[in-house]
Amino acid sequence: MYSAKVMDHFTNPRNVGEMPDADGIGTEGNPVCGDVMKIYIKVSDDKITDAKFQTFGCGAAIAVSSMVTEMVKGLTLDEALKITKASLAEALDGLPPQKMHCSNLGADALHKAIEDYKVKQGK
Amino acid sequence: MKTIYLDHVATNPLHPEVLEAMLPYFRELYGNPLSIYEPGLKAREAIEKARESTAALINAKPKEIIFTASGAEANNFALKGIAYANQNKGKHIIVSKIEHHSVLNTARFLEKSGFAVTYLPVDKYGLINPEDVEKALTKETILISIIHASPEIGAIEPIVEISRIAKQKGLILHTDAVASVGNIPVDVQALGVDLLSFTAHQFYGPKGAAALYVREGGRIVPLIYGGIQEGGRRAGTENVPAIVGMGKAAELAKRDLQKRMDRVKVLRDKLITNALKTEKVLLTGPPEKRLPGHASFVVEYIEGEAMLLLLAAKGIYSASGSACSSKALKASPVLISIGIPAHLAQGSVVFTLGEETTEEDINYFNETFPQIISRLRGISPYAKGWEGMEGSSCTVQK
Repeated sequence: MYSAKVMDHFTNPRNVGEMPDADGIGTEGNPVCGDVMKIYIKVSDDKITDAKFQTFGCGAAIAVSSMVTEMVKGLTLDEALKITKASLAEALDGLPPQKMHCSNLGADALHKAIEDYKVKQGK
Repeated sequence: MKTIYLDHVATNPLHPEVLEAMLPYFRELYGNPLSIYEPGLKAREAIEKARESTAALINAKPKEIIFTASGAEANNFALKGIAYANQNKGKHIIVSKIEHHSVLNTARFLEKSGFAVTYLPVDKYGLINPEDVEKALTKETILISIIHASPEIGAIEPIVEISRIAKQKGLILHTDAVASVGNIPVDVQALGVDLLSFTAHQFYGPKGAAALYVREGGRIVPLIYGGIQEGGRRAGTENVPAIVGMGKAAELAKRDLQKRMDRVKVLRDKLITNALKTEKVLLTGPPEKRLPGHASFVVEYIEGEAMLLLLAAKGIYSASGSACSSKALKASPVLISIGIPAHLAQGSVVFTLGEETTEEDINYFNETFPQIISRLRGISPYAKGWEGMEGSSCTVQK
């Protein structure tokens, strides 16, 4: 059902947990539908230096969260904003079609976290 | 890695004696049961012998058994066959909200074809109140179809009480006993039903063999027209090896039922007691009136599919009624019917024990399950509680 990469990120998720001193936080989803992702980012000189996540959801949702937090580290905010559902799915060697919409919330949560950072910075 | 199969409600492995009984009918005794020469006669004989033991398992007469290819077919046959045979008397059918899809979707089809259907509610344990059946009756009612036991929450429904109402009013009663036959005693006389669906792979028989019991003298319109097989009520060349397998499996189930029940119940109780020690794990379905090998829960703050995958990674195979684990991405209607809010239904997980489940398996499970819950809660943003979830609804495009 899932690619080896999805299973790897699901069973050994990277960057799990809260980030008390986060510069930006983004939450996407609703547990009534199935999945909720909360992404935390640390930003320095317009670059994402660290990212963490907390996720309620299926295997795909957890793998997507793990992957997005791995991908954004070291990217500028503009580069991070270019991450999409499609690029995340591709990085995971694909997701089952029924999981593309409701579990692939990583890009949306990330974009919200960047927005949150910008608002906090008054930008 | 050792694997522990705790999804017996999905299907079961074939019993070795059943396989043994089936084998000759693939190669040596391959005749068509309608043929009048030796191999055909042998096949016919085998089917009739299987019909006897299949009937005996539910205390029916052999001629009251119609073999079908699946429980779903038996349910479709019962609802459509009775609706069409009796539509001159009335066009109202009563089912419950926790029926299997093969009953619910057939009922919906009949609604589109001009029948009226009442979907009865259940209480928080998933049990139907027989008074609700009585209240739902109209002058048009012809058929009541209520599941015997729920595969999702293990609830055993009060069929005897419902049959009293049906008898009093002269109505036809069908029960989908797919999850119960072979797991608890099922006696069509004691239950007082007119039709009953059951399937072989629930009691270590093969897939592709099932049956509909139709009380002697009951009129039913066929689902499949063609030849004279099954008394003209279900056409098509018989699946002889599968029917033989069903007969053998029924014979073993009848012989070993009490032993099987007593054994799995002890192990199941051990599993439930242990699972409920973890905080915010709730049993779904009734604590007492449930299938002996059945344990079902909702685990708060985490999602079912993720649990299934991590359990599978530890060699434990199980099921869930969560939206994410279903292909349709919809929470189980059964869980919603017993009043579980949608966000809690996401944490659904179902464990069903069977003949080869050992105490050692359950000990391993009891050790592993809490670890998996705590691991997923460690990832969840809700580990400390739900925030503002009540009354929330889903707006995500699926």
